[in-house]
Amino acid sequence: MTVFVSRDKINSGFTSKVQRLADQNLMACYQCGKCSAGCPMAAYMDVPPNQMIRLAQLGMEDELLDSEAIWLCVSCMTCNMRCPKGVRIAELIESMRQIKLRARQDHLQAEKISKADLRAIPPIALIGSMRKFTS
Amino acid sequence: MKLSYFPGCTLKNHARNFEDSTLYAMDRLGVEAVELDRWNCCGTVYSLSADDLMRQVAPIRNLLRTRERGDSQLMTGCSMCFNTLKRANHRARASEEDLARMNDFMYDEPVDYAGDVDVLHVLEVVRDQIGFDAIRERVVKPLEGLRVACYYGCMLVRPNEAAIDDAENPRVLEDLITVLGGEPVDYSHKTECCGAHQTVDKPEIIADKTYEILGAAKAQGADTVAVSCPLCAFNLDHRQEATLKIHSDFHTMPVVYFSQLMAIALGGSESVLRLDLHHTPPGPLLTGKGLL
Ligand code: SF4
Ligand code: SF4
Ligand code: SF4
Ligand code: SF4
Repeated sequence: MTVFVSRDKINSGFTSKVQRLADQNLMACYQCGKCSAGCPMAAYMDVPPNQMIRLAQLGMEDELLDSEAIWLCVSCMTCNMRCPKGVRIAELIESMRQIKLRARQDHLQAEKISKADLRAIPPIALIGSMRKFTS
Repeated sequence: MKLSYFPGCTLKNHARNFEDSTLYAMDRLGVEAVELDRWNCCGTVYSLSADDLMRQVAPIRNLLRTRERGDSQLMTGCSMCFNTLKRANHRARASEEDLARMNDFMYDEPVDYAGDVDVLHVLEVVRDQIGFDAIRERVVKPLEGLRVACYYGCMLVRPNEAAIDDAENPRVLEDLITVLGGEPVDYSHKTECCGAHQTVDKPEIIADKTYEILGAAKAQGADTVAVSCPLCAFNLDHRQEATLKIHSDFHTMPVVYFSQLMAIALGGSESVLRLDLHHTPPGPLLTGKGLL
């Protein structure tokens, strides 16, 4: 991915919004990559976790909010437990999902889930995905 | 010993096998699990946003129900409920201001929550209150020759404030299997996430995870994988159909709840196991080992 860094983006307020929603300091990250190394979803992500953090530091709102990666994170907490700087990556990614969801931009259309799936899939999965993917 | 008990939604339908076997095993071990009268869904996933106190209210209400019974401990078997309840409780205890705001949201409750209920997982009760020695004495049908890969997933070991054991190398399930007379198998994927709620719209990812996790267990000679979460169970067992479609060299394998293995070893009949709820039937394996 090619991205263009600009002062406008850095100062856009996106970085501080993400930090506030997550109650985290993005700048603590020193890009060791350990979060991505252990992430069970990294192989499916268009932007792996350490890059999400870097882009968020630089105010790259569109690159993050339009990514698939923010929806692929399952909050398994592996990254949080292993980050040598104590950055809570899962909280930061949740705050990016929240920015979309609070603007009513849902990721999952529950009405499109088939009747057969609704019967077969247990509530623990259905409620979990609705909580993570809908406003 | 009596303990307040929170079943959670999934144990009341898709995971009856988990609930029935848990209650049977607890009863055999002298624990009477008293289900809360008016429990509500915990919300499944813990809300991670700093400002989202509203979503902590559902789990906290269950702790208030516990207090109403005059109890200060709440036990649950579903790892996901456990994690959500325990983290909400941790959040309530960590900040008086947050707790006050949560109580404001619950204006309809006659008393405020004071952070004074402990959330316990069944495995903690087994290890810390009943104790492995007491369990060993009650085993009537040892799981002889059964090689079990224990799967913790995420919710029992992460994050620290919810963990019941070491995050990278937990032992409680292996210790339990040993006491029950079975052989725990060491393998690489016991705390690797199964993909969780992605199962709803991305079952192909779960298929990859199931292939990896069960493959790693099988490579170490496991006969079965034991879980403690109905979502892990659904993904590792029911998604074997999708796994087989994507990975033609995949070998199906029965997945069971740790509580079913307890029930077997403690003398339970087949009716408490509800084997009809499994996708890959554990029956042939258990019969083959003389355990049914
Ligand atoms: S593990 Fe922590 S410090 Fe390392 S890249 Fe990830 S967020 Fe940054
Ligand atoms: S919490 Fe999300 S980003 Fe972190 S390891 Fe798990 S899936 Fe990956
Ligand atoms: S987490 Fe799941 S099983 Fe537990 S109460 Fe909520 S929906 Fe039910
Ligand atoms: S279902 Fe997945 S997310 Fe839940 S505990 Fe199991 S491994 Fe973790």
